Amino acid sequence: MSARVQAEPFDLAVELRGFGAGAGAVVTFTGIVRDDSGHMAALDIEHYPGMTERALTDFGAAAAARFDLSDWRIVHRHGRIETGGQIMMVATAARHRRAAFDAADYLMDWLKSRAPFWKREIAQDGSASWVEARSNDEDALGRW
Amino acid sequence: MTLEVLYFAWLRERVGHPRESVATDAATVRDLVAQLAAQSDGHAAALDDLATLRCAVDQKLVDLDTPLAGAREVAFFPPMTGG
Repeated sequence: MSARVQAEPFDLAVELRGFGAGAGAVVTFTGIVRDDSGHMAALDIEHYPGMTERALTDFGAAAAARFDLSDWRIVHRHGRIETGGQIMMVATAARHRRAAFDAADYLMDWLKSRAPFWKREIAQDGSASWVEARSNDEDALGRW
Repeated sequence: MTLEVLYFAWLRERVGHPRESVATDAATVRDLVAQLAAQSDGHAAALDDLATLRCAVDQKLVDLDTPLAGAREVAFFPPMTGG
């Protein structure tokens, strides 16, 4: 049960080693930098050190209580991440798959609009623009 | 009281610096926003749209009518885009 914020890349295989031992179901989600415009070079992610770790830990604890998880892990990167690179991951472990899937979905909805991260798209020509929050990300929280 | 005020993302760019110490008698976050917005054109531009302004007091997300009594750190930022 842990949350981490780091600039370095992470290795999913390493993160899952020993994760959720004894659980019947483990679900993982990995977010990857995609290039919708065809001109993007990277994302640059800013965060609020201190609050970020606290928020992620609170979300994890809330998911564990609500979905009866035996284990959870959140890893989120900050700084510059090239197109195709891994941004973040969540892993959830429970007795049954439905709880593990729902918990991962719940964590992603909270991460999207309540964790203090801000993405900036860096284009191939070096220009940068802040990513705008999507209202359907905010609406998604209403599901829970 | 003196508060440590932090700015993130494009609010930080508009204000021109990431943090500042602010002496204030503001009772609520909303009062503090009004005081800060009067400080410079950059502050005014950063804090212009209250509908999209997000705020944390001592690293907890709060709304603009939250009292500031006992607070040490107040952060302002646009809607978050994590995940």
